[in-house]
Amino acid sequence: MSILGTRVVRTEDPLFLTRGAVYTDDLTDERLTGALHVTFVRSQVAHGRILSVDTSAALEAPGVVAVVTATDLTDLAPIPAGFPFVDKAVIRPWLASDVVRFVGELIAVVLTEDRYQGEDAAEMVVVDIDPLPAVVGTQAAARDEVLLFPDVGTNVYAAFGEPAPEDFFAGCEVVVSQRIVNQRVAPVPLETRAAAAVWGEDGRVTIWCSNQGAQAAKMEIASWLGLDPSLVHLITPAVGGGFGAKIGADPEFALIAQVAKIVGRPVRWSESRSENLVGMLHGRAQDQVVTIGGRRDGTVEAYSLVVDQDAGAYPRLGVVLPTLTMLMAGGVYAFAKVHAQARVLGTNTTSIGAYRGAGRPEATAAVERAVDLFAAELGMDPADVRRKNVIPAFDSPHTTSMGATYDTGNYAAALDKALEAAGYADLRAEQARRREAGDVRQLGIGLSVYVEITGAGGEAGAASENATVEVHPDGTATVLTGTSPHGQGHATAWAMIASDQLGIPLEKITVLHGDTDLIPRGGGTMGSRSLQQGGAAVHQAAGELVELAKKRAAEKLEANPEDLVVDQGLAGLAVRGTPGVGITFAELAADEQLLVQTTFSANGPTFPFGAHVVVVEVDVESGKTEVVRLIAVDDAGTILNPLLADGQRHGGFAQGVAQALLEEVLYDSDGNPTTSTLADYPFISATELPSFELVEMATPTPMNPLGAKGIGEAGTIGSTPATQNAVIDAVAHLGVRHIDMPTTPMRVFRAIQQAQQGGN
Amino acid sequence: MIPAPFEYVKVASVDEALSALAEHGEDAKLLAGGHSLLPIMKLRLAIPSALIDISGIADLSYVRVEGDGADAIVAIGAGTRHYELERDEVARAEVPMLPHVAGRVGDPQVRHRGTIGGTTAHSDPASDLPTALLALGGTVVLQGPGGRREVPVTEFWTGFFETAMSPDEMVVELRVPRTGSTGWGYEKFTRRENDWPIVAAAAVGSRGGGAGGPLRVALANMAGTVLRATATEEALAGGASIAEAAELADQGTSPGADMHADADYRRHLARLLTRRALETAAGAA
Ligand SMILES: Cc1cc2nc3c(=O)[nH]c(=O)nc-3n(C[C@H](O)[C@H](O)[C@H](O)COP(=O)(O)OP(=O)(O)OC[C@H]3O[C@@H](n4cnc5c(N)ncnc54)[C@H](O)[C@@H]3O)c2cc1C
Repeated sequence: MSILGTRVVRTEDPLFLTRGAVYTDDLTDERLTGALHVTFVRSQVAHGRILSVDTSAALEAPGVVAVVTATDLTDLAPIPAGFPFVDKAVIRPWLASDVVRFVGELIAVVLTEDRYQGEDAAEMVVVDIDPLPAVVGTQAAARDEVLLFPDVGTNVYAAFGEPAPEDFFAGCEVVVSQRIVNQRVAPVPLETRAAAAVWGEDGRVTIWCSNQGAQAAKMEIASWLGLDPSLVHLITPAVGGGFGAKIGADPEFALIAQVAKIVGRPVRWSESRSENLVGMLHGRAQDQVVTIGGRRDGTVEAYSLVVDQDAGAYPRLGVVLPTLTMLMAGGVYAFAKVHAQARVLGTNTTSIGAYRGAGRPEATAAVERAVDLFAAELGMDPADVRRKNVIPAFDSPHTTSMGATYDTGNYAAALDKALEAAGYADLRAEQARRREAGDVRQLGIGLSVYVEITGAGGEAGAASENATVEVHPDGTATVLTGTSPHGQGHATAWAMIASDQLGIPLEKITVLHGDTDLIPRGGGTMGSRSLQQGGAAVHQAAGELVELAKKRAAEKLEANPEDLVVDQGLAGLAVRGTPGVGITFAELAADEQLLVQTTFSANGPTFPFGAHVVVVEVDVESGKTEVVRLIAVDDAGTILNPLLADGQRHGGFAQGVAQALLEEVLYDSDGNPTTSTLADYPFISATELPSFELVEMATPTPMNPLGAKGIGEAGTIGSTPATQNAVIDAVAHLGVRHIDMPTTPMRVFRAIQQAQQGGN
Repeated sequence: MIPAPFEYVKVASVDEALSALAEHGEDAKLLAGGHSLLPIMKLRLAIPSALIDISGIADLSYVRVEGDGADAIVAIGAGTRHYELERDEVARAEVPMLPHVAGRVGDPQVRHRGTIGGTTAHSDPASDLPTALLALGGTVVLQGPGGRREVPVTEFWTGFFETAMSPDEMVVELRVPRTGSTGWGYEKFTRRENDWPIVAAAAVGSRGGGAGGPLRVALANMAGTVLRATATEEALAGGASIAEAAELADQGTSPGADMHADADYRRHLARLLTRRALETAAGAA
C-alpha cells in the first residue's frame, strides 16, 4: 500500500518540539564568533524632513563600535520600486537622511559588542525631524494634497483596469452597493525577522536570514548591493512562520551585509516584537466598493469591484496584490458581467506585502459579502442565491471573464457538503426560534463559497520548481528542494513522495533546502505552490532516478530495462516475474553516483475551492461574538498527507476568524501606529476558536502528476467572509446590513443601535 | 525591548525589603511577579534605578481566616500568586469571588507570576482583583519604617497608578470580610479570553444586608481608578429594582477611549455588566 494519502506524523517535529531547531538568532556558526549586534534607529515620525542625525553621544556609549548613517552608504544606489509600472522617482533610501515616510523607517545602524548595549546607545542617537502632514488611509492619499513623492505628482503608484461602462447595471431589477474595508493586518509570525552576515577572504558574503525562499532573497540582495550573485551565499536556517511577509528579502537583510563590510566584522540582528509590528510588511489594506445587480429571482447579472489598495510608504508586493484580487473578482460565480478596477496608493505607513492569501481573500471577501447583501435585499436564503449563481461543475478548463482559467471545480457540491455537515436547516430553525424568543444570544450562520489560485507565476515565483534526489551507497537518500518550508512540513511530505517511489524508508531520507550554494535555483514557499510544484518536482526526480537506475541495473542483471520494476521491500529493482533477482539502489550508488536533478514545469496554476459555514452567537446587548462552529470543505485536489493538510487548514481558519473578529493594524491621524505591541494588537488564541469540523472533498487537478492543488491559504480565504457574514446574519433581523471587519463588539453594538434608529 | 540598566537586590524578609527601599531611595521599585513592572520597563516607560525582588519572601504567601462569625476576616499575604488564590480551599469557601476573579486574570503564565500585592500596589484601573477587593470591602495592610497600618480599600486607590502608600512602605497583606455563601457576581468584558477587562463589574452582598452586608458594586476601567458604582448602590438601598439601579452604574465615572471602546460604549457596558453581576449575585443568594 502506498504511503501517499496517509497521516504520516511530521518527522521534523521531535526537533522543533524538544531540542528546538536552530533559527537565525540561535546560530552558533563559528564564522559568527565575535559578531557585532545591530540595533536600528527608526523614525518615530510618520512623515517629515530630517534636520539632523546626531550620533556623537551614541558613539561614546559603552560597547559602541560604529554608528552607520546615510553618509556611510553613498556608494549604494537607493532601493528602486521594483515594478516597471511604478514611477522611477519612487525610491527608498537605505537609511533616511532627507525625508522619512513612515514610523519605523530606518535612519541609523548602531553596532555594539553586546546586544544589551545596542538599545541604550540607539536611544542616544538624536534625530531631529520637522514633521509634515501625514497621509493615512487611501482616501487621504487619493486627495493628493500631501504627496509622499512630490516629484511624482501623485500618491497613486499604479492603476489597473477601466471604470465600468455607465450602463453596466442597466436592466437589473435590483442593484445593491456597499463600501467595504478589508483592513490592514499584521502577519505576526512567531519568529520575528533576524539576519546575520560575514564576509570571507574570498570576497564572498554569507548571509543567514529568516525568509521564504533563499534563492530569490539572494538575487534581490545581490542586485540591491550591486554584487555579482556568485558572491552571495544565502542560508535559510529554521524559520518560524512567514505568511507571505518573509517573501524575498527585506532592506534590513542587505543592510546587515553592508554594515558587516563597513566594520569588517561579522554582524547579526534580531528584531523585537514591537520592531516587527512596525518594521515587517503588513497585509490586506484594501478599501473596496462592491456593486451587485440582478433579477428578483436571485440571478445575478452584473458585479463590479473597485479597489483602493493601500501600498504603505514604499512599494512592495502590495502594489500587485489588487491584480490578483481583480483576476479572482467573480469567484465561483457565473455572473454574466464582472467588472474590476484598482488603484494603488502610497501612504505614510508600513509597506503592504503578501499575507496568507495575498489578494485572493480580498476578492472572496468582497464577492461573498456582495452576494449576501443581494440575498438580503431580495429576502432570499443566501445558500439559495449561491446555488443559483455558481458555475456548474466542470472537469475541463473554464475561463472566466476576468481571464482566469479554472482547472477543475464543483462548487455546488462543496456548498451542499458544507451545508449538510452543518445541519443547515436545523440551524436556520434554531435561529428563527431565538429571533422569535428575542434571545440575548442570537445565532448567526455565515456562508462562503470560494475558489482561489495557487501556484501561479509572478507573485508565487515561476510555475516550475527543481528537485534533486540522490541515493547513497549506505542506503540513505537526500532530497534537495527549491521550496522553503517554514512550518508546513515539507521534510515529511517530500520524503513521503521519494519513499513512495524508491521504497527507501522515511527515516533514511533527508530533505534539504535554503542553501544557495547547495541549491542554486528555487522558487521558495509561497502562494500555496510547494506541493503542486516542488513536491511534483521531487516526484519527477525520483521517477527519473528509477529510470536511470533501470538502465544501469539492466546491464548488471542482464535483463531488459523494461522488465525491471521497483521492489519496495528491497529499496531497489527486481526483474518482473523473477522474484529474488534484484539489486538495491544503494548497490547501484556504490558503483556510480546515483543522482537526478530535474525541473518540473506545470501547465498552469490550480484553483482550489471550497465552502465554509461559520456559526456564531452574538450577544445583542453587548455586541460580542463567539464563534461556536466552523465547518469547512476545502478541496485541494488529491491530498498527500491529511495531517499536514489539516494543519494548514486549521492555521488558515484561525487567521481568517482573527481578521473577521479581532485583528486590525491602526494608525492615528499623524501616522503613529497604535497597535505596535501584542498588548494592543489582538492576536487570536485558541480560546477564541471552536474545534473545527473538517469535511473532505478531493477533486484532482490534471496540472501535476500528484493531482494536488494548494492548501496553504484556502482556510483563510474561506473562513474570513464566512465569519463576517455570520456576525451580520446574527443581527440581520434587527435591520443590520453590513459591519466592517473586524466585527468588534463596539461595532456590532453600534450597528444594532443605528439600525434600530432607522439608520445603517 | 530591553530595560535600561538597573541594580538588582533580592531580599528574604519584609524588614530587608524596607531597609533596601530606604537605602535605594525613591527611584527603587519593589519587584513581585514582575508582570506589570517588567513590561513597562521593557518599553522604557519606567526606568527604576534598582529592583528590590520580594518574590523570595517566604511568609508573604498565605490565605487564612482570622476571627469567627460575622466578624471573620480572610487575610491574604501580599505575595500570594493569582493561581494560588484561584486554587486556595479556604478562599473558595470563605470569599469565593476572589479565587474566581483570580482565575480570570490574564493567562496561566500571568497567573503563575502575578501577585495580589503587586496588582494592588500597581493601581491599574483595569485590574480585576482590585475591582473585586473594592466590592468586597476590607483593608490593605501596609508596612513601613513606622510599622504597620491599615488603609480601607475605599481609600487606597487614589489615582491612575497612584495609591495611599508612601514610597518607603509596602503592601504586606489584604484583609477581606468573609462572605461565605453571600451572593456575588463578576462580569468581565473582553474581546479575547486572556485580555484585560475593557470594563468589569463586581457585585456582592444581599438586599437585606445580613452576613455579607448590603449590595455593593465596583467597576474596572471606568475612571482613573477602580471605583464603586455608588449611585447604583444607593438606588438599591432605596428599593430600586436591579434593572433600574444598574441604569445608574456609569454615574460618576469618567471612562477613557481606546481602540476597543469609546467612552459611551464603556458606559453602556458598565450598565449592562452591573445588571448582569447583580442578577447573578441575587440569583446565588
Ligand atoms: C499579558 C498580561 C496580561 C495581564 N492580564 C491581566 C488581567 O486580565 N487582569 C489584571 O488584573 N491584571 C492583568 N495583568 C497584570 C497582572 O495581574 C500583574 O501580575 C499584576 O498587575 C501585578 O502584579 P505583580 O506581582 O506582577 O507586580 P509587579 O509587576 O512585580 O509590580 C507592580 C508594581 O507594584 C509594586 N509592588 C509589587 N509588589 C508590591 C508590594 N508588595 N508592595 C508595594 N508595592 C509592590 C512594584 O514596585 C510595581 O510598581 C496582566 C499582565 C500581563 C503581563
